[in-house]
Amino acid sequence: MTLDEILTSLFGEAHAVALDGDSLSGRATLPDGGVVHVLGFAHRAELGVDQAIELAGHVLDIARADDGAPILFLIDSSSQRMSRRDELMGLNEYLAHLAKALLFAQQTGHRTVGLLYGGSAAGAFIATALACDVLVALPEAHPEVMDLPSMARVTKLPLEVLQQKAQTTPVFAPGLENLVLAGAIAEVWDPARPLLDQFVAVLAQPITDDPRGALGKARGGRTRALDIAETVVALATAHG
Amino acid sequence: METLHFELAAPSPAAGSRMTALVGVVASGNLEVLLEREGPPDRCVIEINTAAHGFRPLWEAVMHDFISRRTAGGLRISINDGGARPDTVSLRLAQGLRLIEEPQA
Amino acid sequence: MNTRSPAPHTRLSWFEAGARQRLASLLDPGSFVEFIGPERRQTSPHLQVFDLPVQFDDGVVVGAAKINGAPVLVAAQEGRFMGGAFGEVHGAKLLGLLRAARTLGRDTVIAFDTGGVRLQEANAGELAISEIIRALVEARTAGLRIVGLIGGRAGCYGGGGLIAGCCSTLVVSEQGRISVSGPEVIETNKGVEEFDSRDRALVWRTMGGKHRYLLGGADLFVDDDAAAFRSGAIIALRRATGFDGKRLDAEQTRLERRLARFGADGDGRDVWRSLGLADADVVPELSTEAFLRQADACRETADDAR
Repeated sequence: MTLDEILTSLFGEAHAVALDGDSLSGRATLPDGGVVHVLGFAHRAELGVDQAIELAGHVLDIARADDGAPILFLIDSSSQRMSRRDELMGLNEYLAHLAKALLFAQQTGHRTVGLLYGGSAAGAFIATALACDVLVALPEAHPEVMDLPSMARVTKLPLEVLQQKAQTTPVFAPGLENLVLAGAIAEVWDPARPLLDQFVAVLAQPITDDPRGALGKARGGRTRALDIAETVVALATAHG
Repeated sequence: METLHFELAAPSPAAGSRMTALVGVVASGNLEVLLEREGPPDRCVIEINTAAHGFRPLWEAVMHDFISRRTAGGLRISINDGGARPDTVSLRLAQGLRLIEEPQA
Repeated sequence: MNTRSPAPHTRLSWFEAGARQRLASLLDPGSFVEFIGPERRQTSPHLQVFDLPVQFDDGVVVGAAKINGAPVLVAAQEGRFMGGAFGEVHGAKLLGLLRAARTLGRDTVIAFDTGGVRLQEANAGELAISEIIRALVEARTAGLRIVGLIGGRAGCYGGGGLIAGCCSTLVVSEQGRISVSGPEVIETNKGVEEFDSRDRALVWRTMGGKHRYLLGGADLFVDDDAAAFRSGAIIALRRATGFDGKRLDAEQTRLERRLARFGADGDGRDVWRSLGLADADVVPELSTEAFLRQADACRETADDAR
């Protein structure tokens, strides 16, 4: 689906979401009159310090408002911007700040729903998509921690070897299905049904504590994480 | 990965009262050795996990040397090997044994 | 767990030390209780596929202890195992620790030493980092201090850098590096003109402890000495803390201002000149004392804005 098709399937004409470069922002209205804030990226945007701080500013403006309006965060990004300048400026703080802003918005009553419709990788993925209180995806989305060729360079393993292992090892290989199995993505939306209905259904779900460990275990993508984390909590509590 | 198992007769039990000791790190050319007080006092059980296949005779020689020089009875020794040379293995075993012989921290 | 404690009054290089040695120096003697220690053998189930050896603690030590009498939860990453990178078990241990922090109302100290996500377990590592960030923010929202110590061989890269950016206070040494993309990754993706990863001086001017301290990317600067990190942690555990709109707004302002002030600077030296340092070229040579004297007069701070 194109970005326009996505917005139309979500909101029909009832939105004023604009693209500025590869940044999205605006508002939309739900059938019941409720406002939805829309933020995000297009065109496999690279997330650098400039874009991160601008987005965070929007999120904090929304968080300050007492209207409980949810944020829909649309994501088609690549990774964090890889440059000397971004790291010189302290990109880690900008990305952390954006993640904190999203978490804070949720604290002040604004649901944050991430909709992955294209790519997302590495630091950009953590600071945006994964910082939302629920992350959903369209079937054509292609999230990844790192692309296989880059992984081949970093691990010094041949690309063919990685490709072969990617077939059998969901915990390592890029791709939507593997991140669904790992518990990162709550659900994959059906483009054949109106996205509005699916969005409203997500908003109607109660907010819970971080469900991703349990999801990863139930789906088989991360069979150890939940138990290990719970064991540490139990041991720490028993120790006092 | 290859897993090697040795069970050796050890003339005397390891001294001290610490129940566990850990030395080393699983890095290239290094290894970690976990020592636990377990089993009969006149046996030393050793398990090695290594990515380098086919070196059993070398490991065996190092272990026999260790047992013959030290009092390592009543110990279960578990090794994760990062491709260490035999002298590094011997060093870590000796360090581990000294550590488990220390008084309880 | 039990490693030999350093002889009293001997300087222990934090950079050279392993995770357990660092904890032995950082924590009050005899106070440390490890959770899921090596004897539990909770190792990575994912490394065998790559013919890689496991480590019994999966490269991170977590537990409870005291620092100068104050009860804390602690974690130390082992940078020499798989580059200290986050795998499924490693990440889950840290996650559990931060959730326990909130349950117990306990400040937490994390000795970072990480290259980021462990690529062999990429999805699990990435997800763990996100879960950790959420748990860390929840702990801070409850008023707790989450202190990061950065000075190890692997630095604090990738997702580790993002977690560090969520901590309430960061203590850094000259050897420490904080960054998202590593030098080699920038060079591979954008070319050697963009970043020559073999230019160590460039790496340190861009990502290193002194630069981060000057820029306000870290809060306390200490010697490469375990005793100094302990002192830094003690100070950090007394600093004001919180997580609210006011603090985030202050951080928004300082990060916007940083770009306005330094965003056109091409190199660390340019930033330091912009800050007003007398001789930017000499910064890497300065001793800790000399550096702090100059830095504290002109550095950017993140007080109540982190």
